[in-house]
Amino acid sequence: MIIYGVALLSICYLVGNFAGELLGYLLHEDKNVGGVGFSMLLLMFLTERMRKLGHFNSVSAGGVQFWAAMYIPIVVAMAAQQNVMGAIKGGWIAFFAGLLAFIASFMAVPVINRIGLKKHLETSTWNPVPEEDRQ
Amino acid sequence: MIDRLYQTLLSEGLLVGFAITGMVMWGSYWISAKLTKGRIHGSAIAVCVGLLMAWLGGALTGGKNGIADIPSLAGIGLLGGAMFRDFAIVATAYGATFQDLRRSGKAVIVALSVGLVLPFICGASVAFAFGYRDAVSVTTIGCGPVTYIVGAVTGAALGAKSEVIALSIAAGLVKSIAVMIATPMIAKRIGLNNPHTAMVYGGLMGTHSGVGAGLAATDPRLVPYGLMVSTFYTGFGCLLGPSLFYLILQHLLAF
Repeated sequence: MIIYGVALLSICYLVGNFAGELLGYLLHEDKNVGGVGFSMLLLMFLTERMRKLGHFNSVSAGGVQFWAAMYIPIVVAMAAQQNVMGAIKGGWIAFFAGLLAFIASFMAVPVINRIGLKKHLETSTWNPVPEEDRQ
Repeated sequence: MIDRLYQTLLSEGLLVGFAITGMVMWGSYWISAKLTKGRIHGSAIAVCVGLLMAWLGGALTGGKNGIADIPSLAGIGLLGGAMFRDFAIVATAYGATFQDLRRSGKAVIVALSVGLVLPFICGASVAFAFGYRDAVSVTTIGCGPVTYIVGAVTGAALGAKSEVIALSIAAGLVKSIAVMIATPMIAKRIGLNNPHTAMVYGGLMGTHSGVGAGLAATDPRLVPYGLMVSTFYTGFGCLLGPSLFYLILQHLLAF
């Protein structure tokens, strides 16, 4: 049933966020540290396991895939509520600081990317062409 | 009559959000296919339309939440809010593989460290260049370009002036918007077409909204890899900002 997938997703979300809160507490800060990351790892682990054991069929997977497909529209809704006016009002300091940071980080990508890239490309089964561009 | 319509929009906010976001997506993909012949990806256009709507909302209401500050469109805020956003992000992890994750561990750690320090140096230098000399203000403005959350948290923790915190947040927003818009355009040039590079990218850019939106418009399959890393970025940033970064600057500025 579809709800199995949605429920599993919710459970991973809740458990992962709790782990993030715990890590934040242990690091003595008020923020959730890596909650979403833990949730993602948990989902990957559980779905892989359950599929192997035959407890997670394609209908259940649909409950997860629906929400994965909703990610882009949700990002658009998120973009629509950014404080764009605030960014503009920040003036030149904010503009320079933000843009300079972006450019510096961007230029570091090819440098750091080299670490382990060759091994990754040799062993990964990844197809670099996005699904919707394939003929 | 109009009043009833307005009431419906108000009480069924989330569904209004679905409807409007769907229409934006449809229009953006149409523009992508017909006007740019697919050269600019539909989701990249949709994100830009979203940002335009946010600007319009801010200009009309003077609020901080973009289009969601218009009461009848508040549902867009619910759809794009933290709960749905994180829920959908977690869902994207379905289909990502541990194998691809594990091999990139070393590069990810380097990317996260450099990704936290570089924007701080940039932000702090700009603050210094514009005449700020006290460690609290320079640290707060420096932490803004890490992400705006780190800027806000650091500023609050150090007791920075509210206009400095506002500047810091604005700097973070500028970076986030730059990442959203630029990622699909520069993806090819930096070889952003595999999980390894997506993770390095997530660690270096860090901003959740920017990395997520940028990767989604580049290749949706890369989203989980980038976000898996950037989810740790803001947390560690909030940890380092008011402590290590502040202490280092305090020493540097004492001379």
